[in-house]
Amino acid sequence: MSTVTTPRPVGTRRLVGERPGPASRRGAVLPTVVLFLGALYCLVPVAWVLVASTKSSSELFSTFTFLPGTGLLENLRDLFAYGDGQYVQWALNSVLFAGVGAVACTVVSTMAGYALAKYDFPGRQVAFYAILGGVLLPGITLAIPQYLLMSKVGLAGTYWSVLLPCLISPFGIFLARVYAMSAVPTETMEAARIDGANDARVFVSVALPMMVPGMVTIFLLQFVGIWNNFLLPFIMLSDERMYPLTVGLYTLLSKGSGTPSLYTLAIIGSAVAIIPLVAMMLVLQRYWRLDLISGGLKG
Amino acid sequence: MSAVTDTPPPAYRRARRRWAAPALFLLPAALLFVAFLAIPICYALYLSFRGMRMAGGGPFGVRQETWVGLDNYAAVFTDPELLAGLGRLAIYGAIAVPLTLGLALTFALLLDLPRVRGARFSRTAIFIPYAVPGVVATLLWGFLYLPSTSPAGWILERVGLGGIDVLHGPMIFPSVANIAIWGGVGFNMIILYTSLRGIPVDVYEAARLDGASEWDIAYRIKIPLVAPALTLTGLFALIGTLQVYGEPTTLRPMTSAISQTWVPLMLIYRDAFTRDNLSLAAASSVVLALGTLVVSVILLRVTQKRSFGES
Repeated sequence: MSTVTTPRPVGTRRLVGERPGPASRRGAVLPTVVLFLGALYCLVPVAWVLVASTKSSSELFSTFTFLPGTGLLENLRDLFAYGDGQYVQWALNSVLFAGVGAVACTVVSTMAGYALAKYDFPGRQVAFYAILGGVLLPGITLAIPQYLLMSKVGLAGTYWSVLLPCLISPFGIFLARVYAMSAVPTETMEAARIDGANDARVFVSVALPMMVPGMVTIFLLQFVGIWNNFLLPFIMLSDERMYPLTVGLYTLLSKGSGTPSLYTLAIIGSAVAIIPLVAMMLVLQRYWRLDLISGGLKG
Repeated sequence: MSAVTDTPPPAYRRARRRWAAPALFLLPAALLFVAFLAIPICYALYLSFRGMRMAGGGPFGVRQETWVGLDNYAAVFTDPELLAGLGRLAIYGAIAVPLTLGLALTFALLLDLPRVRGARFSRTAIFIPYAVPGVVATLLWGFLYLPSTSPAGWILERVGLGGIDVLHGPMIFPSVANIAIWGGVGFNMIILYTSLRGIPVDVYEAARLDGASEWDIAYRIKIPLVAPALTLTGLFALIGTLQVYGEPTTLRPMTSAISQTWVPLMLIYRDAFTRDNLSLAAASSVVLALGTLVVSVILLRVTQKRSFGES
């Protein structure tokens, strides 16, 4: 505090400036400890579920929480046998919804964001405000009217009813627009046009390659968003075999309140469910351009 | 002369083509926007003004759907369950939003300090919960809360103290909020951290040479510079809070403290699917969506005035 408010003679200031070596290394102990505590807070539940997944249902309530049990293989067998392999089906559904949904949404968002960033056309402002409104609107409040409309056209309860609403992401379009504005130089587009390229060609061979990092970010955000979505599939689907993992695990848990053996299934099911997504996150972490999001507000 | 008369048609044609190309690029998004955002909004609005009324009267009257004006909205605003749900949402949000943002900002600033050990490990570890679906996160925390499976409960029992029950009574609010905080801190931290990294070093190198403490640099230079990112993360935290649904619903089998109408979206779900009162559910949805919109616009207005007015 006082270092800034009280003026010091130049000599003292220089001295303060020279000291940082050992002093700030010592000073970095507290930040390091706080960050480690944060890491611990975030890892404990994950560690717990991995340990608990090795326990048989009798060990779950009797042995110390972080003591590994002996039931891992049996739990895995039970999990994959549950309801004739329903768990695998749920996992495949999640992959389908999140994978197909995120790819398609990225393509739709990239095209729209590119058009909004790089073309001047009547109605551009209106389109932009519509998208901004969509970003601020809590999408989940639309789930019920979406369900009613889906059942009117006979799509409720099908894969389409979960997949189609995931394809439009105002936030994805917003990010694509921000990224296209900063990453695709208009001069390069003009040069390609002078060389005779039409609009489609300029987009595919000039703009798209430049927008790849932004597209990866939109894809990952949308993938995680759809993978984690609960209310939309919960409302839309009634056939248990079409559930994604989130809804499937929820039904396991809500049935399990009476039967402890289903608790073990819910635990091993959660452990198996988070491993691939955490692994994907760790691998793809460096391709994320999350600075896009923070830069977005200025754009 | 002929060159001049020749130019207008191609220029005109190009102008038309430049209108057609963006329209085609926007077409898929526009169709999806209309089908899954605009039409559902209009349909919800339409439903919210409709309702079941007795026609004919007497014991032989038939219930049929008609226009009921603002009746549903009157019912929404006088529904004690919705008001109670909004109250619980406010308590939950008052815990979850500031703590998520505060922790995210603290971690981001600490990561940005020079000479922090294991920063990469901590950053990755804190980000991991983002990959865990809310339902699964609730499951994990639910078991950590349950006295019979909780490590704290196990230790307390061995020591001879009774377990603390965090799933009942007023403790339910911090318990549910903790799940959201756990899931949200990492993502917000990364957004804030990346925008901190975007600040050119020479901006605070001068202050550092002048002997300013890292605390001063953080408070006076870094935080004002990441204010836009902070606004954005705050906005998303707020929108996320208003539509909380999965966490309390998943926790319900483990505790009696969470009613079927604990937060507004749970009430809307019950009205629509258990009670079959679609009009009331639609009216509540409209109110909740408009409320979110108003709150976020106010937040944007206030913070933009503060963070951009200064610069």
